Amino acid sequence: MKKLYLSLIYLFFYTPLAILIVYSFNNTQYSLIWHGFSTHWYHVLFADHDLWIAAWHSFVLGVLAATLATSFGLLAAVNLYRYQFFGRQLLNGLIFILILTPEIVTGAALLILFTFLNFHLGFFTLLIAHITFCIPFVIVTVYSRLVSFDKNIFEAAKDLGATDGLIFVRIIVPLLWPALFAGWLLSFTLSLDDVIISYFVSGPEFTILPLQIYSMVRAGVKPEINALCTVLFSLTLLFVVLSQLALKKKT
Amino acid sequence: MKTELGFRHFSLSIVWVWLIVFALLPFCLVVAASFLSHSDQQLIQPTVTLENFRTLINPFYFRIVEKSFLVAGISTLLCLLLGYPFAYLIARMKSKWKNTLVLLVVIPFWTSSLIRSYALIAIIKAKGVLNSLLLAAGIIQHPLPILFTNYAVVIGLTYNLLPFMILPIMTNIERLDDRLIDAARDLGANWLTTFTRIVIPLTMPGIMAGSILVFLPAMTIFYITDILGGARSILLGNLIQNQFLIAQNWPLGSALSTGLTVVLVSLIFIYRWVSRGNSRRDWL
Repeated sequence: MKKLYLSLIYLFFYTPLAILIVYSFNNTQYSLIWHGFSTHWYHVLFADHDLWIAAWHSFVLGVLAATLATSFGLLAAVNLYRYQFFGRQLLNGLIFILILTPEIVTGAALLILFTFLNFHLGFFTLLIAHITFCIPFVIVTVYSRLVSFDKNIFEAAKDLGATDGLIFVRIIVPLLWPALFAGWLLSFTLSLDDVIISYFVSGPEFTILPLQIYSMVRAGVKPEINALCTVLFSLTLLFVVLSQLALKKKT
Repeated sequence: MKTELGFRHFSLSIVWVWLIVFALLPFCLVVAASFLSHSDQQLIQPTVTLENFRTLINPFYFRIVEKSFLVAGISTLLCLLLGYPFAYLIARMKSKWKNTLVLLVVIPFWTSSLIRSYALIAIIKAKGVLNSLLLAAGIIQHPLPILFTNYAVVIGLTYNLLPFMILPIMTNIERLDDRLIDAARDLGANWLTTFTRIVIPLTMPGIMAGSILVFLPAMTIFYITDILGGARSILLGNLIQNQFLIAQNWPLGSALSTGLTVVLVSLIFIYRWVSRGNSRRDWL
């Protein structure tokens, strides 16, 4: 009984994906009926130049956004943890609001800002938006790791004459590597998957993968999209399994 | 060499400048824009008005708001009903496969929800897998029209957001002290009483966190409504997106955004207020 229920939920999770993968190898355009195995749609997919450009854009954007968001998030978390400063509560509240605001509101708000500041919608507006929505997640990840530290380490370093900058570089950052990696990975995935905010702040000359997929999906069901989704799903699977293995080794 | 205050000032000012310019300022602009008026020539006209908020309560818009709450609410309830027993069974499992089973919930969580919404089309479309199976089994005589209805949107939201319900509840149940359940049993409580009087109240924080994590995005993921609900199904997310990018009525879009944020944030404050007894100081 228990097993049956668990299996049903897993079926619910995976049947749509399994069907998608099977049909990506189907040798026909529209039908549900199996017309024989074919890698035709993968050939079509790999010949799609626009898609490759979009994928490359997404990758660059993801790496940059994740790296910058991790840096800013790290600085913010360390400040929140170590110092009492003017507006600390405000910063806390701002992070809280940023996490809880619906993405669509963040997207709309940034669109108004960029128009107000007369920024041209494109790569930089996307980058700014992605950094901004990733920062709070990095802060939360890093902060929860910082709280587990022994505060005496910092006192000891200070007594031995280390400045705050030195403590940051030589003690905090090395101890935080796992959390920084986790924050970076989370930001990178968030950036790669984001549709809603990007939809608001992107321009026509810089397309990214999720938006390209979105416009393809809206145009209707095409076997090429099945193939694309299969490739992306396999990559995610590989990614998750590898990061799990890496985490397992560490603990 | 940096001075003692150098590092601190440098790092704080970067963080502050970024968050004020790209987080606080935009939100203030939305609130400000919601009180301004709109004309066909200009995106935003600098005349102060309450017109936008008055528009929100006109029946047309109000029905959309109502429908969004309903659709998001039903999806949240479905996630809870499907996810709670699942989380409970996995969390209390003592099998060597447990980690793998948890990983299998995390994988959809990391997969793009756009892809997962698209994957549902092949299942629920008129000549899709579900209808073919039901027709072949003789359960229905005609294909069920699910795709491009609100049912499809509910299915899509539930499918996409279920891991967000399962994961917090699972963590919560794992922390549950088994002895409390044993004690209740020893004192003569039956299965149902133990569950409703002991397990549910103790896992309330997980239930609330999961519900918030499902309900908030469910209100606004416009692409699920767009892909699965079709043109007839317009929820709040689509309405806001439409006001900003198609109808170009930014003040009305801003008023919708402001209203939505106020409602959602107050829901969260109510939750924090209710659960303040056993709350640790953290973000959800």
